[in-house]
Formats: sequence, structure tokens, C-alpha cells
Amino acid sequence: MNIVAELIKLEKHYDLGAVLVKAQRGVKTQFAEGDFIAIMGASGSGKSTMLNLLGGLDRPTLGKYYLGGEDVSQLDDDELSRIRNERIGFIFQSYNLIPQYTVLENIEVPLHYRPGYPAISAADRKRSEELASRVGLADRLDHRPTQLSGGQQQRVAIARALVNDPDIILADEPTGNLDSTTEEEIMRLLHELNREGRTIIMVTHEPAVALQARRRIIMKDGVIEREEFGQQIPDEVAAGAATTF
Amino acid sequence: MLRLLRTIQLGLKNLLLHKLRSLLTMLGIVFGVFSVIAMLAIGEGASRQAQQQVLELGATNIIVISQKPAEGSGNGTNSEVLQYGILRDDFRRIRQTVNTIIDATPIREFSQPARYLHRNMDVRLVGCTSNYFDVNHLNMQTGRFISERDQEDTANVCVIGHEVAETLFPGEEPRGKAIRIGDVFYSIVGITAHRTASAAIGGSLSGQDYDKDVYIPLETLRARLGDEIMIISSGSRSSEKVELSQITFRVADAKDVVPTANVIRETLSRYHADKNDVDLIVPLELLKQAEQLKWIFNVVLGAIALISLIVGGIGIMNIMLATVTERTREIGIRRALGAKRGDITEQFLTETSVLAGSGGLMGVALGLMTPLAFSLIRWFAKQAILDPSQQSASKMVQMFDGLEPVVSWWSLAVAFGISVSIGILFGIYPARAAAKLDPIEALRHE
Ligand SMILES: Nc1ncnc2c1ncn2[C@@H]1O[C@H](COP(=O)(O)OP(=O)(O)OP(=O)(O)O)[C@@H](O)[C@H]1O
Ligand SMILES: [Mg+2]
Repeated sequence: MNIVAELIKLEKHYDLGAVLVKAQRGVKTQFAEGDFIAIMGASGSGKSTMLNLLGGLDRPTLGKYYLGGEDVSQLDDDELSRIRNERIGFIFQSYNLIPQYTVLENIEVPLHYRPGYPAISAADRKRSEELASRVGLADRLDHRPTQLSGGQQQRVAIARALVNDPDIILADEPTGNLDSTTEEEIMRLLHELNREGRTIIMVTHEPAVALQARRRIIMKDGVIEREEFGQQIPDEVAAGAATTF
Repeated sequence: MLRLLRTIQLGLKNLLLHKLRSLLTMLGIVFGVFSVIAMLAIGEGASRQAQQQVLELGATNIIVISQKPAEGSGNGTNSEVLQYGILRDDFRRIRQTVNTIIDATPIREFSQPARYLHRNMDVRLVGCTSNYFDVNHLNMQTGRFISERDQEDTANVCVIGHEVAETLFPGEEPRGKAIRIGDVFYSIVGITAHRTASAAIGGSLSGQDYDKDVYIPLETLRARLGDEIMIISSGSRSSEKVELSQITFRVADAKDVVPTANVIRETLSRYHADKNDVDLIVPLELLKQAEQLKWIFNVVLGAIALISLIVGGIGIMNIMLATVTERTREIGIRRALGAKRGDITEQFLTETSVLAGSGGLMGVALGLMTPLAFSLIRWFAKQAILDPSQQSASKMVQMFDGLEPVVSWWSLAVAFGISVSIGILFGIYPARAAAKLDPIEALRHE
């Protein structure tokens, strides 16, 4: 089993002058390639902080973070940008699409920031369109985010997360804003990606969603309190997955 | 290169998203660039006009003019006759002592009514020598100009200007006929061709309209009219005695102009020192002054235009700062998806430059229309001035008439270049503010 990411005694402190907030207090864990991990825990326990560190949006105060053998904790801002661009796919709770862009243009945003800034080729365009049709938006390429439902917007975000073929997909409460039917759609997509061999790390508050992951990390006060293993995919999600793809 | 094009395309796209706002933001730059171009064009036009006028006067000429001394100064305040101006003795002295002078053209002029049958016209009666024709670059329409023989004979002949011919002899052949000025008849031997009036320069020479001239031999004028002229104004009579109104001296080479002018000035000052009744005009010096004036003009106008450009730049900076705040979330998204700080700086800097650059292009387009706008303004000004006889008004129109703004290519390039530089300069701060944002904070921004 390959280790895709490893956190060693990871600390993240926020110095607010009067108080020192320790959002991560020596987190130590490993993430296996192709795994599906849910991070749980009370509000303020440090879930988002961990995800941001994993995604290279932030640097740890102390400790080390290895991503595919590379020590990310030592990288400078530009190198972190490269890591985010090449190896990470982000999915946010509030979708975070660029409002003035169409579906296709949103999917292509990461392509603009590839190393060496190659122009978007016909092959790139084809891939973006394929991703759009994979998430069921083939007929919506020219639509703007405001013309889409929440679930559709999140599917655009998933397509965008895939466009640069990342090592890990990081999702911070991806279904937090969605109703249960739409939630099933999104989960079905994530399972599909996971089945293809992609590593997924997902923060969630919902136990039912968390149970669909293979591994659950429960955070408390900036440390891992405990872990659970085992996957329970509800019939609707599993059945849908089988028929959809 | 391709990438720059892409960023520019992106910038354009974002600007088109808020068309009205972008347009309003650009206006400052548009008018800034326009005013830079327009002011430089008018400056250039004025300078060319001055140059043209000076050249018309002749770069190798030195002109001495009689001028009426200010009230109460000079002699003759008590006597009936006010004598002032150049004397025939001055002329003789200068002619004899200054050997660089190759040609001299003395004239005596009056404003007089000329008559033919029942028709009447106020003309400028010019007593002159035959070389007046060449010195003033006149052309004949028909007939001949005043000749040496006419001088010797003190002949009663005259040459009339184009307008005089048209007014006094509508549909008639003036040659062979005689016009009456005062009590004397002068038979017409020639008509000068039409010539556009020249405008005044720098207040020292009044504009001249050769079309209303009547030329007679200088000797004839002296013999028939004498030096004295009666002026009747508001009931009181006064007499003025002027021997010569103006002399145009010519030297062979431009390098002789200034030394010769100094000698003439010296000679004149001996007899006219405290009378202040003669003036020396050196076209070459005027040319230099005009050149200097042009520089000052350009610098002052340029500074004013630059200020408006800077104000435009501040307007752009203001909008860009607002845009950065408004698009903080977008910046966060781009950063999360792999944009480096430099990419964000570049994006906003390009947007500002595209904004300023398009404003600059519009300004250049407007600037190209300066001559058109100027002639429109001139047309309106002419319509507005209903009474053209009014001295000051007609002078202004005359000055406008000769002035053609000249839009030079370099001014377009300079104005456009400045606008883009201002875009970049004022775009740096907002762009860096955008790039400095922490991606996580930016993503959290509502
Ligand atoms: N930029 C920051 N400055 C100061 N403190 C911060 C900052 N970001 C996070 N924190 C603090 O770190 C702790 C962990 O925050 P984090 O966002 O990781 O929690 P979370 O587990 O994601 O909570 P939630 O479930 O509410 O999203 C909190 O106490 C929070 O106040
Ligand atoms: Mg959180």
C-alpha cells in the first residue's frame, strides 16, 4: 500500500496577540493511496485547518508534511501554488466557481496556471468537455454558475478539481449546502472517482456521509481523537452509481 | 507573447462585464489623452503660424516702423502739429552708413477714402517704391506695379488691390480709369492679385490686408499730399506730421541680421532716444521668440494635460481597488487552483493597463479630430460675432483664421504611451494588494 501523504507532528498556531490558538497540536497520520477518508469532529476541532494544510493553502507552524515524498512544509509560496495546481483538487462547501465564467471556462481555470503556462490545446478542451459530460453537464457548457442549481454547481467544481489529474481530492463539507437527493448525486460521483483509484479526503459533519468513507478520522481540539474503519454505502447511492456510470 | 495576449483578452473580458463602469473609469484617461494631443496640436499650429508670418516678413529683413508716442510724451504737445516717426534723414543716414544693407523699401501710408464716380471705399493709401512689390511678395492680376519712372516723374498713377477693384469697379475694367483720393486723380496702371490677409504677430505688427491697398509712388505722395495729415476726431482737429511710416531693410545673409539691426537701432536712438516714436522689428528675432514661446506653451499646456491624466489615473486606481475588494473571492479561488502571486498581480495590472490603454486609444481617436473640432469652434465663433467691424473681435477671428492645429504623430504616441504608463503606475498598488491576499482569507470573503 502506497502512502500518498504523511503528516508528522504537525502543528498550526494562530497568534492572536492575547491568545495563541493551536488549531493543530501535533497531528500524526498517513494517507494511503486510493483511500476514501472522512474527517469528523466538533466545530473548531481543526478539520478545515488540516485540510488547508494538506492542500498547500497554508504552511504548518511546526512539523512536516510529505506529499508524494516531497516535503511540502518547506516550500515557498510559488511552489505551494504549483503543488495546488498539479497535485490537489479542491471541492468547497460553497462551490467557489468564478461567477463571470461559463461552466467550461470554470473547469478550465486550473489549466491557465500550469507550469510554463502552455496554451489551452484542443486536447485540453476535449478533456474539459468530457469531464463536463461525466458530471452530467454536457448540455450546460455555456451556462453561468448563477443559472445552475447548487448540485450542478458542485458538479462543475468536481470536474474542475479533476482537470489537472490530481493525486488527492480534498473536499471540505462538499454536501453541506445540499439537500439529500443532491447529496446522493455528489456522493455517487465521489465513489466513482474513488473506484478509479483517486484518494479522497473529505470533511463532513454528517455521520451518514462519513460512513460512506472507508476510514474516519475524528478530530478533537487539534488532535486526532480516534479513527474508525469500514464502509457502508446506502443502496440508493450504490444502485445509482451502478446505473449512472 | 501568446500568454500576454491571453491575459489581455482576460482583462478585456472582465472590463466588458461592467461596461458602463469601465467606460466611466476610462473617461478621465480619454479626456486626458485628448487634451494632451489637442494642446500639443494647437501649440504646434500656433508656432507654425508664427513661423509662417515671420517668414512672410522675410527672415533677412529688418523693419523700422513709425509709431505714435504715448499721449503727453515726446515733443509737440503744445504745438498744433504732432510730429513723430522716421525721418527721411534717418533713412538717408542708415542707407549711407550701414553697408550690409542691400535693399531698402520706405513707405508712407494713410487711411483714406478712395472714390470712383459715386462709389466710395476706405483704403490704405501706400506711397512706396518699386521694390515694395518684391519685398511683400505681391503678385499682379493685370497691369504693372509702380515703377522707377513713376517715381522720377512723380506720376499720378496707382496700383489697386483686388478688393478695391471689385468694390469700386464692379464688372468694369479699372485700368485706364482714375480714382480720386483727396483732390487728386490717380490713373490705374495695375491690379494686384488676391492675397489672404496675414494675422497679427505678437502685438508688434498688425495684420495686413493687401486687398484693400492703393499703391502710388512715394514721391508722388510727398508732392501731392505732403507729410501732414489732418485727423478729425470727436469734433477736435489735430494734425500729424510723419515723413515715413515704415522702412524695410534687407541684408544679404541671415548672419548679418542681428549686427545690422543693432547698428540701425544705434543710429536711430541718437535722434529718437527719448521720443519713443520708432520701433524696430527683426523677424529673425521674432522667430526665435516664437520658438521659445512655443516651448513654454508646450510645457505649460503639457503640464495641465498631464495633471488631468494623473487625475484619470487616480480614478482608475480607485475603481481597481474597489474591484479587488469585490473580487477577493475570485482571487482566493484562483490562488487555490494554482495561481501564483505573480499571476494575480499580472492579471490586475493587465486589466488596469487595458482599461487605461483603451481609454488612451479613444483619446487618440478624439485627438485626431482636433482640427475638425477646432474648425467647428471657429465656425461657431464667427457666427457668434455678429459685428465684424468691431476691432477686437475681427482681430480674434483673423488670428483664429490663420491657426490650424497640427496633430503630430509623436504627440499621439507620447499621449498613448503616457496613458498606458499611468495605467501601469496606478495599477501596481491595487494589483499588489490583490496578490498579497491570503488565499484562505480570500476564500472566506463574502
Ligand atoms: N486564521 C485564523 N486565525 C485565528 N484562528 C483561526 C484561524 N483559522 C482557524 N482558527 C482557529 O482554529 C481552530 C480550528 O479551526 P477550523 O476552521 O480548522 O475548525 P473546523 O474543525 O473546520 O470547524 P468547523 O466545523 O466549524 O468548520 C478554531 O478555534 C479557529 O477559531
Ligand atoms: Mg471547517
